[in-house]
Amino acid sequence: MIWVDTIIQGILLGGLYALFAAGLSLVFGVMRLVNLAHGDLIVMGAYLILVLVTLLGLSPFVAVFVAMPLMFGLGWALQRFLLNRTLGDDILPPLLVTFGLSIALQNALLEGFSADSQRLPTNALTTASVEIGSITLGVMPLLTFASAVLVIVGLNQLFYRTEIGRAFRATSDDATTASLMGIKPANIFATATGIALVIVTIAALYLGLRANFDPNIGPARLIYAFEAVIIGGLGSLWGTLFGGIIIGVAQTVGAAINPEWQILAGHLAFLIVLLVRPRGLFPRAND
Amino acid sequence: MSLLQTKDLVAHYGDFQALFGVDIELNEAETVAIIGANGAGKSTLMRSISGVLRNDAASVAFDNRPIGGQSADEIMSLGVAMVPEGRKLFPSLTVEENLLIGTYGRKTTGHWNLKTVYDLFPILAERRNNPGTALSGGQQQMVAIGRALMSNPRVLLCDEISLGLAPVVIKDIYKAIPQIKAAGASMIVVEQDIAQALAVADRVYCMMEGRVTLSGTPDSLSREDIHNAYFGASH
Amino acid sequence: MAYSVTTQTPASRITAILGVILIVVLLALPFFAGRGTIQDMFFILTMLVLAQLWNLLAGYGGLVSIGQQAFVGMGAYALFGTVILWGFDPVPSILFAGVAALVIAVPTAFFAFRLNGAYFAIGTWVIAEVVRLLVAQWKTLGGGTGTSLPRDATRDMWFVETIENTLGVRSAAARDILAYWLALILALATIGGIYWLLRTRRGLALAAVRDNTEAAKSVGVDAGRMKWIVFLSSAFGTGLAGGLIYMQKARISPDAAFSVTDWTAYVIFIVVIGGIGTVEGPIIGVLVFFALQSLLADFGSWYLMTLGVLAIVIMLVAPRGLWGLLSERTGLHLFPIRRRLSGGKLTTSEE
Repeated sequence: MIWVDTIIQGILLGGLYALFAAGLSLVFGVMRLVNLAHGDLIVMGAYLILVLVTLLGLSPFVAVFVAMPLMFGLGWALQRFLLNRTLGDDILPPLLVTFGLSIALQNALLEGFSADSQRLPTNALTTASVEIGSITLGVMPLLTFASAVLVIVGLNQLFYRTEIGRAFRATSDDATTASLMGIKPANIFATATGIALVIVTIAALYLGLRANFDPNIGPARLIYAFEAVIIGGLGSLWGTLFGGIIIGVAQTVGAAINPEWQILAGHLAFLIVLLVRPRGLFPRAND
Repeated sequence: MSLLQTKDLVAHYGDFQALFGVDIELNEAETVAIIGANGAGKSTLMRSISGVLRNDAASVAFDNRPIGGQSADEIMSLGVAMVPEGRKLFPSLTVEENLLIGTYGRKTTGHWNLKTVYDLFPILAERRNNPGTALSGGQQQMVAIGRALMSNPRVLLCDEISLGLAPVVIKDIYKAIPQIKAAGASMIVVEQDIAQALAVADRVYCMMEGRVTLSGTPDSLSREDIHNAYFGASH
Repeated sequence: MAYSVTTQTPASRITAILGVILIVVLLALPFFAGRGTIQDMFFILTMLVLAQLWNLLAGYGGLVSIGQQAFVGMGAYALFGTVILWGFDPVPSILFAGVAALVIAVPTAFFAFRLNGAYFAIGTWVIAEVVRLLVAQWKTLGGGTGTSLPRDATRDMWFVETIENTLGVRSAAARDILAYWLALILALATIGGIYWLLRTRRGLALAAVRDNTEAAKSVGVDAGRMKWIVFLSSAFGTGLAGGLIYMQKARISPDAAFSVTDWTAYVIFIVVIGGIGTVEGPIIGVLVFFALQSLLADFGSWYLMTLGVLAIVIMLVAPRGLWGLLSERTGLHLFPIRRRLSGGKLTTSEE
């Protein structure tokens, strides 16, 4: 029974990783851009929520809705004015610019908030748990997982049911022809990154509520997100959720065997999938 | 007064100059054909007019407004739609989504909508939920034309719509052109197939090596004139 | 005067002469420079080695690795392992450092080559993390907290006594001088090796791959093999540098030896600032980097933020870095690969 519990905890943890990964997956899907500052943007989102909570005395669950439009604007501007200039055939500029951004952002956060770890204020709800049979589930992990599923359902609706979603897919296929349809690729890319940062804000909420965070933990979040995306198969959002679950389960099972093996077990699961299915478990057909 | 006009239009690909001062004109409700051999600059001309290649503002005018400096999406929203060479359907979109995306930059309530496009090409209605790229070449060409029509453009640019298609399929597609004209669009049709072009056009421009070498109504041009303008007088 | 066809440029001939003079001065440096200078020069030379090797990977091979710390750390730990567990002398153990890095580079490449472009970058990072976490489990070498080289091993190191006697310095200073000379040899060998590699037929194919993806396709199988050669040789050199750096430090921990900031971020900034895809770039870059560090290191995170922003700005406005700007203005080529390169493209496209 202890193993069932471990695996269920792992699945729920996978929801958090899927939230980390969904924005990365979206941006890659639309413009083939891998943002190496993605993890640091999540951490920045957590600090933004913290500032709103502290300054305005809001609950984190309210603050996140204030943070979302700010993060959307930041993402839009970041893409429109900086990252769009790096897109092209050469892979070096986007990689090196986002890597520079990652280091700059990390150190800006260090300068602004020091290296001390922080946590978003929790209340009765965030520490509550429910019992199902003999298994105790935290409300927080359940909420995280539900949010991940909602985000992925929402993104799928956006992609396949709306006009902007059609424009995302068309621009991803062929930006020049898309412009002949009256689409401005530069704005489409900016909107995609804006939406990615809205998801990042949701991920940041749970990051900050569930555990301590400090300016240096961004790169590790990027790596988990990346592993979830690759395991799921590039461009598949449900695959990304599944990839997150695999990493989560591997980590909790690893930690159950030996606490020092938690992170290592997640990485090894990723390498095994890479070995067996190099294109991930649910690869997109045309890529 | 012409609807669309190029004036001393030049175009470059890096160091290579593809157009040398091209002047053409399209009047309201007119169909103009542009013929010429491979590499004559026909497609470059289409790309310049549609804004895929940027030009000097004054070198292209639409409705007497200079549009040469505008981007492709801006020109499209003014009412200049293009059926690009090679059809260029979006593989991630179904047939119907490919048609719908044609209205992204320009919402209108003209003759053309999903229903009238399906009436024009009934086969597309049957295959509306297939991915665009699962269709035959001719059907894909129908989607590309329908996609451009969806925004009820005032000018329709058709780049090599018969290229790579079987003669019987080409005939099917050209059957649609009178209906498109009747619905009110002015058209520029780029063709390598001279007979097809002469059959639908009110006027013809012939291009060679980045220049217009001949122009006139189909009746006024002799076979020999066209031959010389197409291949150069030395042949 | 121009009566013979030569592949040299006048600047490259002057460079060769100045280069020989510079090498002689650098070799003789310990005879007249203080210990502080020697330590600074050791830092500059080892960073230069890492930068040249990363530039070979990313600038010439198109393989943007963010996992070079795997090879630095592995090399360093291999050196500590051979010294502590097998009782080897640290100096020859540097070779084991290179070999150990090479050994883990094979599975790393096997995994990472399954990923393209940007994903290759993060893939190498994941593997470096795995290696770090595994090494942290190695209790005999101190686990997560690390360990030091035994004192008798460092005291009795090869050549140290000779240097002490010849130069009349104390043991600690003699060890720094030894490390400096080894770093100088490694730097010269690295630059020479890369320069040689880039001028061979394979190297020219590599440049063609970078310059033109169409050419890459026509090169076909050769490009795949070239990726392996570049990746493995870069790992070997990085491992040697890692072993040497930690022989000088004499104290190791997994977090320091596998630091992505120290061994990859700094290195990327050096290459980007100096000029990616040139042999000269990393040399300029390491000097600028050292100057910035001397000026700004006291400001801690402001310093790293500045480096990050500087790298972004350079990538956007001058993607070929400071050397690219200089070379464009003056037409100067100290290591004239480029003009041989155009001939190289012709031969590869004929294949």
